[in-house]
Amino acid sequence: MDMSVKKKLGLKEKYALMTRNLGWEPSYEKREDVYPLLDYEGIKIHDWDTWEDPFRLTMDSYWKYQAEKERKLYAIIDAFNQNNGHLNVTDARYINAMKVFLSAVPALEYNAHRGFARLGRHMGGVGPQVACQMQAIDEMRHCQTQIHSISNYNRFYNGIHDWKHMNDRLWYLSVPKSFFEDACTCGPFEFIIAIGFSFEYVLTNLVFVPFVSGAAYNGDMGTMTFGFSAQSDEARHMTLGLEVIKFMLEQDPANLPIVQKWIDKWTWRGVRLLTIVAMMMDYMLPKRVMSWKEAWEIYFEENGMSLFKDLARYGIKVPDCVEQIKKEKDHLSHQAWTTFYAAAPMTNFHTWIPSDDELDWLSAKYPDTFDKYYRPRFEFFREQAEKGERFVNPNLPQLCQVCQIPMLFTEPDDPTQIAYRQSEHDGEKYHFCSDHCQHIFDNEPEKYVEAWLPVHQILQGNCFAEGDDPSAPDFDPIASVMKYWHLENGRDNGDFAGSEDEKNFAAWRGMTTSNT
Amino acid sequence: MSNVFIALQTNEESRYIVEALLEDNPTAVVDEQPAMVKINVPGTLVLRRETVEEKMGRPFDLQEMQVNLITLSGHVDEDENEFRLSWND
Ligand SMILES: [Fe+2]
Ligand SMILES: [Fe+2]
Repeated sequence: MDMSVKKKLGLKEKYALMTRNLGWEPSYEKREDVYPLLDYEGIKIHDWDTWEDPFRLTMDSYWKYQAEKERKLYAIIDAFNQNNGHLNVTDARYINAMKVFLSAVPALEYNAHRGFARLGRHMGGVGPQVACQMQAIDEMRHCQTQIHSISNYNRFYNGIHDWKHMNDRLWYLSVPKSFFEDACTCGPFEFIIAIGFSFEYVLTNLVFVPFVSGAAYNGDMGTMTFGFSAQSDEARHMTLGLEVIKFMLEQDPANLPIVQKWIDKWTWRGVRLLTIVAMMMDYMLPKRVMSWKEAWEIYFEENGMSLFKDLARYGIKVPDCVEQIKKEKDHLSHQAWTTFYAAAPMTNFHTWIPSDDELDWLSAKYPDTFDKYYRPRFEFFREQAEKGERFVNPNLPQLCQVCQIPMLFTEPDDPTQIAYRQSEHDGEKYHFCSDHCQHIFDNEPEKYVEAWLPVHQILQGNCFAEGDDPSAPDFDPIASVMKYWHLENGRDNGDFAGSEDEKNFAAWRGMTTSNT
Repeated sequence: MSNVFIALQTNEESRYIVEALLEDNPTAVVDEQPAMVKINVPGTLVLRRETVEEKMGRPFDLQEMQVNLITLSGHVDEDENEFRLSWND
């Protein structure tokens, strides 16, 4: 009898059959009509077939592993809800870190989905098409699981009852929103450098350390779980980012200056975006995993530099902005938290003055700067609060035209001086937080003059609640803007001490340990 | 020589993967963090399917690791027997 043994396909063979062989050359349409976006950025690709996905993940395995991840995730989310998991967090102040995350990130995931879906269609070879399509589905999954996770918290805590509405309107949320919209309006190659390389590869580790490890450390099983589930896709995304950059650089030496310019731009854009993460790590996690500065040193200075050392063989240089970032690591989180503290009536989360222990921790982690520049500010805030004159900045801040962050950063070499840059375009003045944001603007002014800056929009009268009459004698502009954002001053924001969140958490936690 | 690294969720499967990594990479350094374990190795890291199978006592497909993976650093090269991370500096 003929016993034919059915040999299992090797990974490389399977990848060839189930990915590469899915493509075809068009016969009755011109290639440039099928892929119309590949030329205008100036990137030259000579042979799309030399691309290979190092994970060699085929669609059948993809679905199998993704289904497994979802099963694990939803089992834990159910358990979290059945056990009132939100009451196990270290301290209810922690929930405010989640408010920031859940207000900002689901919309980013959705935009990442849109960006990669577009690339899945427009990349010129089947290898990157399939990898981008997988990432597009991943990002949709991240968006959905995060939206599900919002309901673990917004049933109990204030400020995130209408995250999508706020994401499109609230001042600080325009920072992440405009970052991704900037990327999505780039050509396909710049998009993948922006998101796949600069954001996913160079910076993503700085995000998951505070969110995932930080959530675990602070007893938040729900967040740890969706964080890990999303993160498990990230290694594949990072690898795609790195492969794309190598591929572009290997295809044609003329690609180098274009790629370098994008790396410089998007490293800076990403680092500016992470200002808010710096603040969360140093101020919003009651149990600290590590300081922002430490995370920066491990994941950027050590790991990021290994990457740039590796890419040096293609002629890639470390972005110029790294010099400035090095100087800012001692200041960033403190400048951001003091800004949010002072802007308390205009946010969707609570702020607080760090406790004495926490101030000491900050002094120890930032020996060169904290006692000298920042501790006195918190002591001043505390004195004011004790006198019943809680410090609030009543003004709308000037925003950087590029990163959209309020002008809160100081000069790299003088932490007592706010940095301020200005360019003119078509007779109008534009303001920037730094040389690097200014430089980005000066390279593409036509793009960045279009920015929707929340403060400008408020001042132009475009952000008042429907039906309010700005010419009425008793018109209160700030109250009207809050209504437009769907926020209730004092309930959704302001001091954590004395808040409804604080009282509810204490009462509910009490109920879990007593019978009354 | 720069480090490559891999980080996994702390769980029952990762425990064997970490054991296999430590056996196959004598210069590996383990860094335990809340809910995650990070393995740093100078230059190159290799994970062998056979070693993992020996530790787990069952057949193992290296792509199963995707379920527990958190992050990595270095160039990836994978086939059915080996998963490799390296820098070319
Ligand atoms: Fe994502
Ligand atoms: Fe800026």
